[in-house]
Amino acid sequence: MHNIGSYDERAKNFSWDISEKELGYQPGDNINIGWYCTDRICDMGKAEKTALIWEGLGGKHKQYTYNDLRLLSNTIAGFLTSLGIVAEDRVCIFLDRIPELYIGFVGILKTGAIAQPLFSAFGEESLIVRLENAETKAIITQKKHLGKVRKIVDKLPYLKHIIVVDDPGKAPLQQLEIAFDMDNAERLEHYEVYPTKAESPSVLHYTSGTTGMPKGVKHVHYSLISQYLTAKWVLDLKENDIYWCTADPGWVTGTSYGIISPWALGVTQCVNDIGFSADAWYSFIEKHRISVWYSAPTAIRSLMKAGDEVIKKYDLSSLRHLASVGEPLNAEAVIWSDKVFGLKFHDSYWQTETGSIMISNYPGMPIKAGSMGKPFPGVVSAVVDPESYEEINDTGKIGLIAFRPGWPAMMRMYWNNEQVYKAKFNNGWYIPGDRAYIDPEGYFWFVGRDDDIINTGGHLVSPFEVESALLEHPAVAESAVVSKPDFVNMEVVKAFVCLKPGYEATPELNLEIMNFIRKKLSPLAMPQDIEYIPNLPKTRSGKIMRRMLKAQEWGEEIGDTSTLEDD
Amino acid sequence: MRDKIREVVLDYVIKEYMEDQDEEITYDTALISGGFIDSFSMVSLKVFLETKYQIKLPDDKATPEAFDTVENITDLVIEFLDKK
Repeated sequence: MHNIGSYDERAKNFSWDISEKELGYQPGDNINIGWYCTDRICDMGKAEKTALIWEGLGGKHKQYTYNDLRLLSNTIAGFLTSLGIVAEDRVCIFLDRIPELYIGFVGILKTGAIAQPLFSAFGEESLIVRLENAETKAIITQKKHLGKVRKIVDKLPYLKHIIVVDDPGKAPLQQLEIAFDMDNAERLEHYEVYPTKAESPSVLHYTSGTTGMPKGVKHVHYSLISQYLTAKWVLDLKENDIYWCTADPGWVTGTSYGIISPWALGVTQCVNDIGFSADAWYSFIEKHRISVWYSAPTAIRSLMKAGDEVIKKYDLSSLRHLASVGEPLNAEAVIWSDKVFGLKFHDSYWQTETGSIMISNYPGMPIKAGSMGKPFPGVVSAVVDPESYEEINDTGKIGLIAFRPGWPAMMRMYWNNEQVYKAKFNNGWYIPGDRAYIDPEGYFWFVGRDDDIINTGGHLVSPFEVESALLEHPAVAESAVVSKPDFVNMEVVKAFVCLKPGYEATPELNLEIMNFIRKKLSPLAMPQDIEYIPNLPKTRSGKIMRRMLKAQEWGEEIGDTSTLEDD
Repeated sequence: MRDKIREVVLDYVIKEYMEDQDEEITYDTALISGGFIDSFSMVSLKVFLETKYQIKLPDDKATPEAFDTVENITDLVIEFLDKK
């Protein structure tokens, strides 16, 4: 029997009280995610249960019980407190997927500070804009990434501490830097968890915007109510499951479903901090007897590309439930997984701002391959007209996905950007910016983004951010950045570039520009294709017509060009 | 020729992808499955090889497995140099 039971019954009789009761929370109580993920599980008699199984490069292996988690997060919280970190300070985690990331996240929350996870592949420019905007007070990092932090530290007046978790003592630490060795620190038995309330801020995730710099999405401790129940009903997590969420906690899936919900449910989870290969992934599943696997379409398509033969080398019979998130899961991937694993991947839809799963395919409910599924019980969803924002009642008609605000994990604000936050609401709906239609049976079907944001491998990249960075390259006069189709990543970044006089389009320049963006922003933002053109198509008012260039890449109709500037 | 190619590739990988890292890599280090180079960055490595050796590596040959070690990359480059 699946946790959700009957979707239709749940949808009819839903209340978030279900989650509050299971978590023993009553309105007005203190609610601290850090405490719920550790102390509460120990109080329930699961102190010796394995919380985290971790594998890293070179066969490194570490394992932690819930009691370890409680003590180590206390230790980190105590260390941060000793440095002067107080409630609502922003503490950035800039780490690879090592145990200090996961346990450090929980420790930060226990202090009442706000955890600000950033993807460890970010370059210095990506890092600085996010740390500057958040006025981050401390950053937890590792030697490998310290070079990037050192390059920007002088530009960050609010930064007071750089905590290095793996300082081998070889090179002297520099200004603001302090070493902290989690595994060997004296464990703190008691830490007074900060009495956060439902609306106390918890996590700040940055997401790309169409026209401005990245936005800090502020979440609160009450988000746990959504994250707990969605993980229980959509991912179907149960007491004896071994769970693997492949997402990096630099992104929201990696925190909501890679830290918070599995640990609030007291589940054993596995983390793998090595690069992708089909053999390595299947071997990881076999070795740890993983039963519930939450992954992403890009990874699934990469596995498809690796072929079916490799699967036969491994015993994957422990798997019982598969789910996917990050970008639309194509029907072929669902059919493939059913063929090779005997299980269908269940697609789910949500975004950084929603904080938890909003639309999904549920265990026990028939899957329509290629569909996003149905709204989570209690989430009021619709497709609305893009002009009037009125609900579209005709099945099959495309409009904008819309949600009625009110679910617990909804973002509370864009950091220091109320104006952009307010613009996300219209006619009483929250508008995520995606287009879809609903079929006669109530299933949602994804159509595409309603803006220029590029979804590459499940990560959003802002064309504006890439174009801004390109302008800093000495050869680039101007550029337009759009998506182009890609089998594995769904979309990749393509740049149309106009060169300054005296520069010539050569393969060497191509490579130089690619590496320039890779290091400045991130590998995700690096244009995988660069096309040099003499002029960019623009409107008469001078706005770049990205949609023309994008249509060209996707083999679509170019559409209305009446506003196009004359040559 | 083989020694020269693998030396060039190793130097490039260290210079471009191992900045600020303490780890030492060899001709046999797993670059992709070992997490040193991600699949997005692999594209820039492919462009480097194509530019340096004036070859065209088809997408179906430029797989994570073919790029996983400097040795594998060297094999791939030699295969396509021979086809020139």
